[in-house]
Amino acid sequence: MINFNKFYKSFSIVSTLLVAISIILLSFKGLNFGIDFKGGTLIELRTQDNQTNVATLRGVFSKMNLGDVNIKKFGQDSDYLIKIEKKDTSSNIIELIKEDLTNSIGENFTFRRVENVGPKVSSELLKSGITAILLSLAAMLFYIWIRFEWQFSLGAIIALFHDVLITLGLFSLLNLEINLSIVAAVLTIVGYSMNDTVVIFDRVRENLRKYSDIKIFDLTNKSINETLSRTLITSITTLLALVSIYLFGGEILKGFSLAMIFGVIFGTYSSIYIANPILVKLRVSQKTIIKEEAEKN
Amino acid sequence: MLYFSKLRIIIISIITIFFLFISLSNFLNTEDKFFSNKINLGLDLQGGSYLLLEIDNDPVELQKLQNTATDIRNFLNKENIKFIDLRISNKSIIFNVDPTLKEKIESFFMDKDSEINPYYPQYKSHQFDLISSNNEFQLKLSDYGLVEIKTSSQDQAIEIVRRRVDEVGTNEPNILKRGNDRILVELPGLDDPMRIKSLLGKTANLSFRFITQNDNDTFGAEILKYDDEINEALVSKRIILSGENLLDAQPNMNTQTNETVVSFKLDRVGAKRFGKATTEGIGKQLAIVLDGKIVSAPVIRDAIVSGSGQISGNFTFQSATDLALLLRSGALPAPLNIIEERTVGPDLGQDSINAGIISLCIGFALVIIFMIYKYKVFGFIANITLIVNLFFLIGILTLFGATLTLPGIAGIILTVGMAVDANVLIFERIKEELREEKNNIIAFDSGYVKSKTAIIDANVTTLIAAIILFFMGSGPVKGFSVTLAVGIFTTLFSVYFIARLLTSFYVVKNKEKPKLI
Repeated sequence: MINFNKFYKSFSIVSTLLVAISIILLSFKGLNFGIDFKGGTLIELRTQDNQTNVATLRGVFSKMNLGDVNIKKFGQDSDYLIKIEKKDTSSNIIELIKEDLTNSIGENFTFRRVENVGPKVSSELLKSGITAILLSLAAMLFYIWIRFEWQFSLGAIIALFHDVLITLGLFSLLNLEINLSIVAAVLTIVGYSMNDTVVIFDRVRENLRKYSDIKIFDLTNKSINETLSRTLITSITTLLALVSIYLFGGEILKGFSLAMIFGVIFGTYSSIYIANPILVKLRVSQKTIIKEEAEKN
Repeated sequence: MLYFSKLRIIIISIITIFFLFISLSNFLNTEDKFFSNKINLGLDLQGGSYLLLEIDNDPVELQKLQNTATDIRNFLNKENIKFIDLRISNKSIIFNVDPTLKEKIESFFMDKDSEINPYYPQYKSHQFDLISSNNEFQLKLSDYGLVEIKTSSQDQAIEIVRRRVDEVGTNEPNILKRGNDRILVELPGLDDPMRIKSLLGKTANLSFRFITQNDNDTFGAEILKYDDEINEALVSKRIILSGENLLDAQPNMNTQTNETVVSFKLDRVGAKRFGKATTEGIGKQLAIVLDGKIVSAPVIRDAIVSGSGQISGNFTFQSATDLALLLRSGALPAPLNIIEERTVGPDLGQDSINAGIISLCIGFALVIIFMIYKYKVFGFIANITLIVNLFFLIGILTLFGATLTLPGIAGIILTVGMAVDANVLIFERIKEELREEKNNIIAFDSGYVKSKTAIIDANVTTLIAAIILFFMGSGPVKGFSVTLAVGIFTTLFSVYFIARLLTSFYVVKNKEKPKLI
């Protein structure tokens, strides 16, 4: 048996610090929103000649007067990702760019992907993304509140906020792009982290019914240990799948799988070190569940 | 939990075989009807264009206000009510009437059988709201009046958009309403939407009007620019003929001038009117006005009574073809703006499919190896479950014609990673039970029973996330939520039926064996 409970205090401090740093990062450095949420134009370009590189492309684009243009290599050597932030993207901007490019670097290129998001749509997407995340947190809170007692609900939801905040904080720190698929990843993290927490809580509740003489401090430890191999095995198989997407799933899924990898790691950690110490802090005991269950009946 | 009746085993086998066949149909190229279902690939996988169009309803609103203002003028004149200063300003109609007539005016406009301001019983609201202060009356479109205008222009616009897209002939376009002022156009397989975009960007309002010399034409006149943006001419506001009277339009070659033209055919009303106007107007210049610009203004030499004619202009064959297409499909009720565009080329789509399949295979292999290493025989059972689960998942997506996107493939891979969870929960529980219970069958049985709540809770939470994602997400992300949600159900089914069945066979055979798991 591993004494997880020995480190409740120290990890609480670590987590509080990480969350605080994440909040500071999010409020001062902010997130690197992609065109989905900021509006603008994105072009994935593939060239067939080896004269073209980031520098020549930059030269061509700087002459087009498009405002802030970001050009970088994307996956393969011959692929480039071009992001244009111009706000008033007229609908024929892509044709104009294609024309200008043909004039300066010839016809040896193709647009593999083009995305053009207007300011109205991007602000709507941002709003619905935030709503979706908040709604899922609320739905989780509600579900756990029905299935468990409020102390568990609180523990689970704080663990969730912890995971989401730290994942977003990491994205801010590493300056990784936030797009629609990252929102999907965050929602999946919410589901996954909850899943992990619920399994441990389920055991805590079962043990609470069984043992009246074990204090919650040791009881959570016992429950964590009993479910530990499951927690690890599931995390490992999920991570195996995610690492495989990250390495082989192509450039488009890289951000998504990375967010998920962070989320699974933090989700596993928080199920043990955030959710459980909160139960201890709230002095959950056998009485808690017996009283609640009596009320519910 | 370990007992299965014969009937149950048969039903489980049939379901499994059914989905196995359904999912196989994705990989077979037969004409067989049974195998005709296939998973739809999203635009990000097969390549194609996604365009979100927004209808600019301002001109329609203004038109409505102008028409209503005319109606009010006629009505007040008919009723012998003196009014002054009837005008349209700030999206409302304003006029002044003597305050003693206030009640009368209010009843004209706000009675339920008002002729000018129709009442919508379903919304309990009039088309216009009336705001009266002292002697000034202001009519503003009510929320429902606005909705009515928007929906009707959306209905018309989607019809025209459909016709134009069909004329271009892309394969299986998907054209849908979004909200009450947007239209979504999905064009699979189209990697350069330039032509469609330029076709949808034009309202194509065509009119034939005389060019006049004097400003005091009875109908009024306006100065319009030619297509070249330089020359201009004074054009009468009297519309001889509009696009509505067109039966057909085709690009053509004028053999005399060797010029590309658009020849058109008129309906009966149009032919009559055109004949009359051209008889009267010999020697005059007839301007052909498209979206507020003069395409050309030929001089009428003979009366045209045949009901057909030609539009010349500086056309290339392509632009003549496009104009003919626009005229055939009719005018849009209002301009459309493209507010979101996403295009994926077919080679990127294929690359994404390949990457998706490779990562699925590798992820799958890693999980399978890990499970065998961890659980031996039971790892093998979990792996068979996983494979069957994958067939179920693909089978259900196929059966319902769901759309598979790149994030959707990620959802499948993630399902593979998470699907073993239920089996792991059960196996770990059985291990615990075996520490106190020597009888294998009893230990397995209670392992299944006791792990049930945790499994249900754990899966419901993921399901909640998937459902919210489905309703809030768009396009590719929606595909992810679908595979994730379907994956949960197939996982539960395969764990509780397939894996349990296999486990029960094995346990019953080896019930005396110690340390079974």
